[in-house]
Amino acid sequence: MSTDTIKIEVKNLTVIFGKNKHQALKMLEQGYSKAEILEKTKCTVGVNNASFQIKTGEVFVIMGLSGSGKSTLLRCLNRLIEPTRGDVIVNNVNITKQSNEALLDTRRTEMSMVFQKFGLLPHRTVLENVAFGLEIRGESKELRLKKAQEALETVGLEGFESQKPSQLSGGMQQRVGLARALANNPEVLLMDEAFSALDPLIKSDMQDELLDIQDKLHKTIVFITHDLDEAIKIGDRIAIMKDGFIEQIGTAEEILKNPASDYVEAFVEKVDRKTIITAGTLMNQKPTVVQLEREGPEMVIRKMNKLSIEVLPVVNRHRVFMGFIWLQKVLEAKKLNKPTIEEFITTECPRVYTEYTVEEMLPLITNTKSPIAVIDKDPGKLLGVVSQISLVTEATRFDKQEIVELKEQAKEQ
Amino acid sequence: MEKILDIGKYIEYAVNWLTENFDGLFDFIKNVGNGFIEGLEWLMLGIPFYIFIVLLTILAYFKVGRGGAIFTALGLTLIYLLGFWVETVETLALIFVSTFIALVQAIPIGIWAAKNANVNKVVRPILDFMQTMPAFVYLIPAVLFFSIGKLPGAFATVIFAMPPAVRLTTLGIQQVPRDVVEAARAFGATGRQILFKIELPLATKTIFTGVNQTIMMALSMVVIAGMIAAGGLGEKVLEGINNLDIGLGFESGLAVVILAIILDRITQAFSQKNDNKALKKLKSIFNKKQKA
Repeated sequence: MSTDTIKIEVKNLTVIFGKNKHQALKMLEQGYSKAEILEKTKCTVGVNNASFQIKTGEVFVIMGLSGSGKSTLLRCLNRLIEPTRGDVIVNNVNITKQSNEALLDTRRTEMSMVFQKFGLLPHRTVLENVAFGLEIRGESKELRLKKAQEALETVGLEGFESQKPSQLSGGMQQRVGLARALANNPEVLLMDEAFSALDPLIKSDMQDELLDIQDKLHKTIVFITHDLDEAIKIGDRIAIMKDGFIEQIGTAEEILKNPASDYVEAFVEKVDRKTIITAGTLMNQKPTVVQLEREGPEMVIRKMNKLSIEVLPVVNRHRVFMGFIWLQKVLEAKKLNKPTIEEFITTECPRVYTEYTVEEMLPLITNTKSPIAVIDKDPGKLLGVVSQISLVTEATRFDKQEIVELKEQAKEQ
Repeated sequence: MEKILDIGKYIEYAVNWLTENFDGLFDFIKNVGNGFIEGLEWLMLGIPFYIFIVLLTILAYFKVGRGGAIFTALGLTLIYLLGFWVETVETLALIFVSTFIALVQAIPIGIWAAKNANVNKVVRPILDFMQTMPAFVYLIPAVLFFSIGKLPGAFATVIFAMPPAVRLTTLGIQQVPRDVVEAARAFGATGRQILFKIELPLATKTIFTGVNQTIMMALSMVVIAGMIAAGGLGEKVLEGINNLDIGLGFESGLAVVILAIILDRITQAFSQKNDNKALKKLKSIFNKKQKA
């Protein structure tokens, strides 16, 4: 999906609000804090030296608490707010140096924005609202209504064309906002806390819908949110901002596993880790295995003895996972003098793919003591093993109440 | 009490200087202005009174409703029966011209003040001054510049009636939700597109409230302007006062009240949100015809 071309590049972007920008900029360079600069110059630092690249087709999430400068940063991308210093380069064109006419053209054709408060025109119908961007850029009425109609269908709002926005629910209004942005057929979508004003269920629906649309249309999306769960759900990569400074950029998993600062760590602590950490991260990647064709009971006992372990995964010569062999069973095989352990393998055991999350794996450990085999989909090669201990360790990062709940859930299943 | 500071003297100098040096300009304005007002009067008086009444009644029916229509029909008929028809039409013409001139200036100034904080800082005290200065005072420069007649009446009326339209235009535009304007900017709208596609449509109701206020203030000033021979109902009221003719005073006063109520209800209807039932019906019939 994502070719590796750079769509948007932000270089050393700084935004300062206030009259005494020059002095504030100097103080910022000398490493004064936001509070100190505010006190001395009465200037607010909106964005502090932000640099990053966004790839074509990527969903790039900028997240932070209110006042972290995330919305300011987003507005620099289409210059709704003028950067004090630094460059924004979109499609190899430096937006910050564009003339007003060129800038209007960029806004009309290349980037569309979706707003937290929707920003719909209350005096116009849904269809006219969706056609607004096309109207602004001067397309004929016939063409713009046709395109608007298509965009409305994309977001599932056919039949509401002639309603006024105030007659729709919040979720539907934001669909109109999304349709208005899509009608322009831009390459870049800027979404400013687009779903934050919606209630949780609707929010979740809209997130799914956005991912569906993204699957079809492959836009480059810059998404602002203060909700880490949302960031993790929809973001290919996430930038975490604090006081105008980008603390860390990475995939959700990178950020969760290796928080770059105390702030990020404190932030991600609250996250529902069990939905993010996957079997792929948790597994022991090079487990000791038993190769069925080569190793008889004697060898297996030796191996177990050496590792002081009572269960080992068994693979065939193509490293395809066969099952687990338990010490008890090997001893039985040895007693019966069998040359192979084939009949003694426990084949009914949990197997998962790398993308399984902790949440999905937890129920698997309750009925059996067996480790969990992580395999690939075809032909089923063993990639690693998740031990019960590591799963439980991961699970105990939740607070107690959650563990109790999870156990109960597991029992029910 | 003894006078220590004499501002009035300087104002007098200024007005005198203007009248002496711009005599020709004032004459020109006077002639053009009078031409407009008298032309409109002539046009309106050219319409037979019954057709005039019917037209206004229909307008009232669709904008205000049945009650408004009945009041309009009865009120205007009463004015005709009292013998004030010509004066009422003269007054209406003067109101229309004054309001038009006032709005042509007020709305752009209001928009400018809404967009520019510095302009707003300058405009607001001037508006306060214009509104609170006793209305009669405007008659003095009006007479000095233009002598007596209809145009000086309109001049004083314009000054007196303009402020609410400026204020409410500014208010209306400032009240447009910022996120809607920002959305328009994000889609690449120019300042002009934002003004005409977003701000003015969304400020219409508030601006019409200002227009309504301007019309009402123009009406009250037009009556006062009767003192400088602006004609119309104002002169009848003045005649009643001068002769202590209680009958004439009451009748002409009643005509002013009727006119005020009709103008108020009709213009207010324009600033209200929903179309009334009659207009909705009319629109739906029209739409059906268009589809068919």
